[in-house]
Amino acid sequence: MNTNTDIIIAILATAVTGGTPILYAALGEILAERAGVLNLGVEGMMLVGAVSGFIMALHMSNPWAGLLMAMLAGGAMALIHAFLTITLKANQVVSGLALTLFGTGLAGYIGKSYVGVRLQDSFRAVPIPVLSDIPVIGPVLFSHDPLVYLAYFVVPALWFLVFRTRAGLNLRAVGENPAAADSVGISVFRTRYLYVILGGMLAGIGGAYLSLHYVPVWVENMTAGRGWIAVALVIFATWNPANAIWGAYLFGGLDALGLRLQTLNVTVSPYFLKMLPYIFTVLVLILVTRRNMLHRIGSPKALGIPYDREER
Amino acid sequence: MIIHGTRLAIEKRLIPSSSAFIVIPFISIFLALLVGSVFLYFSGHEPAAVYLKMFKGAFGSRYGITETVVKAIPLTILGLGVALAFRMQLWNIGGEGQLYMGAFAATWVALTFPAGSAWWVMPAMILLGMLAGGLWALLTAVPRALWGVNEIITTLMLNYVAIFWVDYLVYGPWKDPAGFNFPLTAVFSEAATLPGLFDSRIHAGLFFGVAAAVILYMVIYHTRWGYEIRVTGENPAAARYAGMNTTRNILLVMMLSGALCGLAGMCEVSGIGHRLQHGLSPGYGYTAIIVAWLSRLNPFAVIPVAILFGGLQVGGFMVQTSGIPSSMVYMLQGLLLFFVLGGELLTGYRLTRLPAAGEAIK
Repeated sequence: MNTNTDIIIAILATAVTGGTPILYAALGEILAERAGVLNLGVEGMMLVGAVSGFIMALHMSNPWAGLLMAMLAGGAMALIHAFLTITLKANQVVSGLALTLFGTGLAGYIGKSYVGVRLQDSFRAVPIPVLSDIPVIGPVLFSHDPLVYLAYFVVPALWFLVFRTRAGLNLRAVGENPAAADSVGISVFRTRYLYVILGGMLAGIGGAYLSLHYVPVWVENMTAGRGWIAVALVIFATWNPANAIWGAYLFGGLDALGLRLQTLNVTVSPYFLKMLPYIFTVLVLILVTRRNMLHRIGSPKALGIPYDREER
Repeated sequence: MIIHGTRLAIEKRLIPSSSAFIVIPFISIFLALLVGSVFLYFSGHEPAAVYLKMFKGAFGSRYGITETVVKAIPLTILGLGVALAFRMQLWNIGGEGQLYMGAFAATWVALTFPAGSAWWVMPAMILLGMLAGGLWALLTAVPRALWGVNEIITTLMLNYVAIFWVDYLVYGPWKDPAGFNFPLTAVFSEAATLPGLFDSRIHAGLFFGVAAAVILYMVIYHTRWGYEIRVTGENPAAARYAGMNTTRNILLVMMLSGALCGLAGMCEVSGIGHRLQHGLSPGYGYTAIIVAWLSRLNPFAVIPVAILFGGLQVGGFMVQTSGIPSSMVYMLQGLLLFFVLGGELLTGYRLTRLPAAGEAIK
């Protein structure tokens, strides 16, 4: 019985670490979509964040330097999307797809000579004194690396920003009705640029979490669709940062369960276990879309529509 | 919008410039190569030499040209399938998975009737390959049509599922016992192999690509149904108002789109590999998205654009010996799409000179 509880605790703890990269990416996408910009380049931004953070951490022997680099790289990637969709009013879907294709290629290109190199100075688990001694909750929530703890602060901070501040009100106004926001003096362009770039920085952190802690080596395409799961998670979270955390840990838990089952020598082929997170994402997306429809929860009204002042 | 400090202004064109349609892709290619050369330069390569080697590799020899066509065949068929869905603003980015499912179904026929030199084996492979791709796409089209479930995410997620499914088969039950433990199936019989052309790896799938382009052109521009697809894509509200059955059209268009992608998968196993194997496609399904957009969803334009991208793939392969990773090709493809998207602004706008103070407005 004791070993069973140990296994469950281990799975739950892995759910938190496995969910963290998706969580950061989803938080970033929530900000961009709240401003009315759909960015399907999350996967690409995560990959570029992962590789650039890894290289920087390796050369500086410091994971924090890597994290900073990943944020800058993710933000720079997002800037491309911002310029194309906000200034040039390009199709947001296609621009996002282009960003993912470009990011995948770029990350593979600059990371080629780093494949297989192990990062010595990765983020390590730092159990929090006292809190980590609490049974079950301690090992599940408080025996992790600094980035997991950082997320505990980022989630409520972003919730507060979006729903309880003037800036958040402006952000939501720009995503819901940019013409009205513009007419009361909110700069639609500046707001959209700001949150798309912030979103890219958060996606960069999500990618860096994989290469600086979770794995921690650089592997080509190491995000394996997590960027897309993050986009789905935004709908699950109904564009609310506070909801994103549960969804992210749920997906992380499924990942953890799959990995655990593989080590337990179950008779199911590992290929079927690897399919689980993707099938789960599709099913959850269907259920959540129907739920949102019933409760009349929709995406930000101006999502995907370029703002043209002359057409106001 | 007046450009500050000049007497020039940018104004919206009522009719998009037609010459820009032709010019922009070429300027975009040039700019993408230019930015790509920065990356090449800083990783210690001579950009001009690399590009020349790529070009020669893809178009400079008989072998290069035939290999370019070999890659252009799946890109054409996939590009047509994806472009059809894009017409209706259905973002099918599951071409990769639909290709794998088409290849899976075609392989099932080939392996189940191995000795059969029967005439019906090939048609059955084509039919089942298309059916499998179509049904795989239908899995995402039904929730999209009924409840508005985002098809971008669902089609992409199913790519991973399809690839793992094929991996399961070639690493497991379908693995060739005589294959030295490599992840591939037994070789197909003669009857299940598409005939080769021009004494090269080019195969009869070439005709499927050309025929599909012609048929799709006719359907989209010269039938009532094609008209409905175009209207629904450009103005869904108008389509509903005119009494068009959008739900039915979403299902049909996604099925047809997936069926074409499945056909591409069938061609790859039957025409190129002559067996199903791990890593069947180097991301053709994703490249096809760019092919479709670059050809402005026009079926006939898909063919030359697919040849261009086939060449890029072959050229990229040729320079791998100089230590340039294959991912450079995808980086260039992404850059190209950025510039094409940016350039679209130019087709919709034009630069005009404002009349000087006192000058009469004619």
